[in-house]
Amino acid sequence: MDVNSIFTILGVIVVVSPASLLLTFGTTSLLSIPMSERAMARCTQTSVLAGLSAAVSILFLMLAFNSRHVVVEFGNWFLIPEQHFHFHLKFLFDRLSVPFAILTFILCGTIGAFTSRYLHRDAGYRRFFMYYSVFLLGMILSSLAGTIETLFIGWELVGLSSALLVAYFHERPAPVRNGQRVWTVYRIADAAFLIAALTLHHLTGAGDFDGLMGAGSWPEGLASISQGHALFVGMLLLIAAAGKSALVPFSGWLPRAMEGPTPSSAVFYGSLSVHLGAFLLLRVSPVLEVSTTLCIVVVLLGLVSAITGAMIARVQTDVKSALAFASLTQVGIIVVEIGCGLRYIALIHIIGHACMRTLQLLRAPTLLHDYHTLENAIGKHLPQANRNSDHRSMSPLRIWLYRFALERAYLDASLDRFTVRPFVRVFQWCNAAEKRWTCFLSNIGQRSEPPATSVLLPTAAIAEPSLRDPASEASHV
Amino acid sequence: MSELHLPWLEFSILLPLIGALIVSLTSDRDAARRRCLLICCLTLACAVGEWLDFGTLHVFEAHDHWDMIEAVFHRDLFVVDELSTPLLPLAALLYLLTVLATVRTKVDRFTFGWALLSESLLLATLACKEPWVIIGLLILGTLPPFFELRARRKCTRVYVFHMSIFALVLILGQALHDVSSTGSIISIMAAVLLALAALIRSGVAPLHCWMTDLFEKATFGTALLYVTPLAGAYAAMRLVLPIAPDWILRVVALVSLATAVYSACMALVQTEARRFFCYLFLSHSSLVLVGLELVTPIGLTGALCVWLSVGMSLAGLGLTLRAIEARTGQLLLTRFHGLHDHAPFLAGFFLLTGLASIGFPGTIGFVGAELVLEGAVEVFPAIGFVVVLAAALNGIAIMQAYFRIFTGTHNSSTVELGARPRERLAFLLLTLLILGGGLIPQPGVQSRYHAAMALLAHRTPNSDRSSNIVPPQAATSVAPSSNIH
Repeated sequence: MDVNSIFTILGVIVVVSPASLLLTFGTTSLLSIPMSERAMARCTQTSVLAGLSAAVSILFLMLAFNSRHVVVEFGNWFLIPEQHFHFHLKFLFDRLSVPFAILTFILCGTIGAFTSRYLHRDAGYRRFFMYYSVFLLGMILSSLAGTIETLFIGWELVGLSSALLVAYFHERPAPVRNGQRVWTVYRIADAAFLIAALTLHHLTGAGDFDGLMGAGSWPEGLASISQGHALFVGMLLLIAAAGKSALVPFSGWLPRAMEGPTPSSAVFYGSLSVHLGAFLLLRVSPVLEVSTTLCIVVVLLGLVSAITGAMIARVQTDVKSALAFASLTQVGIIVVEIGCGLRYIALIHIIGHACMRTLQLLRAPTLLHDYHTLENAIGKHLPQANRNSDHRSMSPLRIWLYRFALERAYLDASLDRFTVRPFVRVFQWCNAAEKRWTCFLSNIGQRSEPPATSVLLPTAAIAEPSLRDPASEASHV
Repeated sequence: MSELHLPWLEFSILLPLIGALIVSLTSDRDAARRRCLLICCLTLACAVGEWLDFGTLHVFEAHDHWDMIEAVFHRDLFVVDELSTPLLPLAALLYLLTVLATVRTKVDRFTFGWALLSESLLLATLACKEPWVIIGLLILGTLPPFFELRARRKCTRVYVFHMSIFALVLILGQALHDVSSTGSIISIMAAVLLALAALIRSGVAPLHCWMTDLFEKATFGTALLYVTPLAGAYAAMRLVLPIAPDWILRVVALVSLATAVYSACMALVQTEARRFFCYLFLSHSSLVLVGLELVTPIGLTGALCVWLSVGMSLAGLGLTLRAIEARTGQLLLTRFHGLHDHAPFLAGFFLLTGLASIGFPGTIGFVGAELVLEGAVEVFPAIGFVVVLAAALNGIAIMQAYFRIFTGTHNSSTVELGARPRERLAFLLLTLLILGGGLIPQPGVQSRYHAAMALLAHRTPNSDRSSNIVPPQAATSVAPSSNIH
């Protein structure tokens, strides 16, 4: 058996292990076959360990054989040979994908082990692990994708599982509205991604990253498209990345996503999912290199996101929201690094940040508990910084900045006001006009209508600080 | 012409026709449902038999063995080809699943006799290539919903208004086509009228109000069975595609594209589940028309794939909504219903079918959506981008409806709301088809590609009729060399 066969076998294990987990959970759910918590936890452990072992083995083999670019072919999923149309399933193991895949397995494995205890006897235990398996498969497909279509499949799976997990506590309206918001932003990002993929096909006639990025394994290579085309495609990919990584102006969904259970918040929005946009930018970084304007836009977007995230994080009153915006700050910095061409630093930053943030988010609930225990023990509140600040002595700029941060940079409010509300109004008017027309044809009077609302407008979403009186909040500064 | 080994087509058409008579004479509703179910099963078996039999022949078209109609009329009225051969089992399956998923409480409302009659008419339409017979059958097919509306004492004006225009335009268009062998302007007018008829039957905006009206006034099952087999698209393929010049097809594609986006937007603001479903369906059926009228091998292949996937996935989605309505009454989307914990199976199936309809990876809709997009970008990239937009909006609408119906509150109903064994069977069958077709798409793609190429090859918009018409060679030779994935 030669080394290529070993690479192929290991590569298949890396991909098939999360797929088989999804198949197991999906089949048992579909056929309503009962599965105990222990069995589900075991299946998860087995799948993650198998995938992780194979991924680590590939890393060592690559180091041993000084191989920087291993391709594992799964063949064509479907094809029309006469039209030269192929949907190629190909997985790429290189210096970008292997660390990301290993990171995914490690963090997902940790979260799986944590959740099996955290959600013990919870009614949604099975549902959580079902979505978890979708997420794991999506992350692995995205990490290892050798074609832009495969990356898109993974991207979609991650989006679906994220939205459903935000709405995990589905007996309350707020998580559901937030799940819908996340899904909406993701769909916009997905649309941008798909258009970018189609445009790349149209321009280069190829969908695999080898063809798109020219010769050389990551991070070398240069896309063989013109500067203008690179700017257009790059902007679309940037929108896709901004949606997935909650960069400005899509940052509003990040704290909303914290409505999900702590493990999902940790794995999705603290560590893996939030970095997927940055990963996409890293993967297509040869396209960025073609256009200086695009690089500048990437840097600016990263900077704005980082500064906004840092400002908002400082005024959050709950730990999960503070961590969410702290994540945004770091992701913004990572995007700046990518824009500056510092690809290895960005990759190392992603890995380090993901691990640290997972730990913080998993620790957050117990930290709060420990904090209260400590206060009970000493019989008074622990001292807090800036507790006695007087807002009357603050400069107007500082007050404005505080309000700006408290309102989360008015991002959600602006999207609602300038996009969602006009959209809803226009089509509600069309709906009413259509009903009038059918009533006219039917020769009957106007029907009474139930009050029209849209989930797109989260009227009673999470108890956000933005819903409180800014003046009263200012006294806490 | 090649022959099938058995008269599958005649069996498929006659069985529901005779069944309609038997069922309408049965006074006991439960017995009527059982008989209807049996007849639907037999019809599906015949339709599947036709499909498999045709697959063994490796020809473009075939007719029945012992063709009685040919013996009487000396004409091959019922012929199947690569386009229609999977549509017959699909239509028969939709009828079977609808009857199977009809709960006992709705047995008095859903008219099994009319359902079987409309099944017979639909199968006859799909098995026919003669333009005038297709037109006659399409017009006859409009009658069962009309009689149901009358029986339910609902206003039929909107339906009659639109269907009258449809019938009139259809007859006028075909009549003009028949007399226009040499007159180019008349032949173009004929193509325009036939295209208009196909658009009305497909519910393209602004001539779509009959569909929302039908969904509101007829039983859900009848409305579902009237629209999901996409008879309008079939009319476009049989009556318009062979004769219309490219520019008419492009106009149809653009109108359909506008409808797809408009309906997707409208689905987002609906407050009633039936209207929501109607707009969602309109958006998807318009996307099928967009692909069909692109007239490129990949676009047409994609549209034929989407045709099947939309038929299955949206029929599944509609049946789920119907099952929920049967339990809760009219379903408003203005509030949360929180049905997930009571009916997790229905919730899962709703999500699966909804995702399949928008072309989510791993479902049957994915391949078709990819091919339609590729075909659209090939012709004009902006069309591809708008298709993506429509799909994104549909995705948002589906998830919004899912959250509204199944989550958001604790439903304290003491009545059992879960899926009944019959419903479960129907939904599992569809689930297998949706996932199976999504995970192993190649046989379906290959079959649809052959159908698309055959349709393009048989497309004969005569060059003497219009200077804008592309000869068939040109239409079939659109083979981009650069879309290697």
